[in-house]
Amino acid sequence: MKKFVLVLLATLMPALAMAAGPSVPVDPAGNDLADKESLKRGFRSYINYCLACHQLQYQRYNRTFADLGIDEKDGKENWMYTGEKVGDHITNTMPAKEAANWFGAAPPDLTLETRFRSPDWVYTYLRSFYVDEARPFGVNNTVFKDVGMPHVLQNLQGTRTLDANGNLTKAVGGSMTEAEYDAFVRDLTNFLEYVSEPNKLERKSLGYWVIGFLVVFFILSYFLKKEYWKDVH
Amino acid sequence: MFENFMAWIDKRLPVTDAWNKHLAQYPAPKNFNFWYFFGSLAMLVLVNQILTGIWLTMNYEPSGDGAFASIEYIMRDVDYGWLLRYMHSTGASAFFVVVYLHMFRGLIYGSYQKPRELLWIFGMLIFLVLMAEAFMGYLLPWGNMSYWGAQVIISLFGAIPVVGEDLATWIKGDYVISGATLNRFFALHVIALPLVLVVLVFLHILALHEVGSNNPEGTDIKKPKGSVKEEDKSKFEFHEAYTKKYDIVDAVPFHPYYSVKDIMGVAGFLILFCWVMFFHPEGGGYFIEAPNFEPANGLKTPEHIAPVWYFGPFYTILRVVPDKLLGTLAMFAAIGVLFALPWFDRSTVKSFRFRSKLHLFNIVQFAICFIALGILGTLPASDLANLIGRIASLGYFGFFVAIWFYSKNEKTKPVPERVTK
Repeated sequence: MKKFVLVLLATLMPALAMAAGPSVPVDPAGNDLADKESLKRGFRSYINYCLACHQLQYQRYNRTFADLGIDEKDGKENWMYTGEKVGDHITNTMPAKEAANWFGAAPPDLTLETRFRSPDWVYTYLRSFYVDEARPFGVNNTVFKDVGMPHVLQNLQGTRTLDANGNLTKAVGGSMTEAEYDAFVRDLTNFLEYVSEPNKLERKSLGYWVIGFLVVFFILSYFLKKEYWKDVH
Repeated sequence: MFENFMAWIDKRLPVTDAWNKHLAQYPAPKNFNFWYFFGSLAMLVLVNQILTGIWLTMNYEPSGDGAFASIEYIMRDVDYGWLLRYMHSTGASAFFVVVYLHMFRGLIYGSYQKPRELLWIFGMLIFLVLMAEAFMGYLLPWGNMSYWGAQVIISLFGAIPVVGEDLATWIKGDYVISGATLNRFFALHVIALPLVLVVLVFLHILALHEVGSNNPEGTDIKKPKGSVKEEDKSKFEFHEAYTKKYDIVDAVPFHPYYSVKDIMGVAGFLILFCWVMFFHPEGGGYFIEAPNFEPANGLKTPEHIAPVWYFGPFYTILRVVPDKLLGTLAMFAAIGVLFALPWFDRSTVKSFRFRSKLHLFNIVQFAICFIALGILGTLPASDLANLIGRIASLGYFGFFVAIWFYSKNEKTKPVPERVTK
């Protein structure tokens, strides 16, 4: 019978290996949600480079200010440009229908993007644009083939191309070094991971307390059970 | 004071009597092991689902336009809304974990055998309603996997000859899955099915207490009245509903012995449950699937539509049959044969401990096939996956065919009169 189990497991192995699916290899983003300075830099970059097209329609300004340690008055003056109230969601005024015409598809809301794609995917995606004259905006992406989005960070990163083997070349002509650009994208990814689940840190820190309590409770309940069952055994 | 109060109540409603009959003086075999935790845990999860469900309903908006956003509202703007939501979503998966283990317990110790057939059938009805409940609940977040998962399952009804397409439209309340579908699923998920579920659980427990609990050895703890010597009888006091007809051996009152033991089980379970809920609420993409973080979109199919893990075994059986109608029938048959298990098994020996090696082998192969089917259900289809799926499906149904044949004249060991340890 053991043999039977082994044979079955061996036949299942390839099936299990497929579980990962035909996904693209991604680089680890190395996010740190506790790093508020990084989150603030990411928030700033998001406002400057992303928000015009991509909303964060489920996330509010004041919540973001509170979580990132930005004073509300400071936030109103320096982080909000279009006259919303601090309790408003982080949205833009791009008309979705026309945007769909401009880009082929309306730019998606990014509130939950890192939960939909994973932070590593976003981190890799933003670094993987390359020149492709066949595309409407002259760029393509190795992580998201034939994506409709232009490379809005090209000034910072510079341009990359595909070499003969289909690998990305080093970026040239950008205002940032490779390390600077990677750090820039990491901050942005970090911010997006925060936005996708603003309670993530609280969730984990509460989790340690709850599980700590439960372990103590389990031990006590074990001794209580033992005490009662003395009469039976 | 309290005694007077209880006396007043008891004259009008037999509360103390019911407490004694079902808890404080209910005879439970003293040899319950690890496998016997899952019944009480299923009750715990049911209560968790109902309570968190009530509070989620307070802020959830059952409409095609508002559902997805209202979930994010709960996650962000409602105080501890994220906790309620994760308790509910983790609870759904935990429900199936404990129910599957609870069913497996019944399987290995023969708890479905005479006289517990009806008890088993109530349990299977609970399982069936639970699957409907989970399926409808999964549509409510209105994510893209919610949408396409429902699309796949509802389209199965379209395979039924003649009335199929009309039936599918009738279920959806529209020609496509829409806000109308969401609204009726919401109604069924929060009112109709939970009501049925609670009634069935009540009947399940009532039926259990009528016939009494089985135990890992499958021995009978109720002996004919007068057949047991006084010193061999259980030393505890039991309700006269049981002692009037029987002499009780090897039993303890459920309360306090199993109530304290189950509290320990609850604590252990909650450690695992909370570990998932606080640190891995998506359950590695199996409890909350990644495509569900994108709103429902009828024009954008997820790369790979996979059912939630607990439907995996039945989904695979559906998928590996080349014909849609036959596949659907096979899927329902897979649940149907479980209902009929008490009649497939013709043995009078309950526990696998005293049954043949063949029976043990059959149980093991069944468990392996079931797990394999479950894993395959979450994977994309391929030739190899289909082949393994077909073999595992044969193993699944083969379990029932085989048991029917060998159980009649099975070579079993003698079952001890008394619990041996």
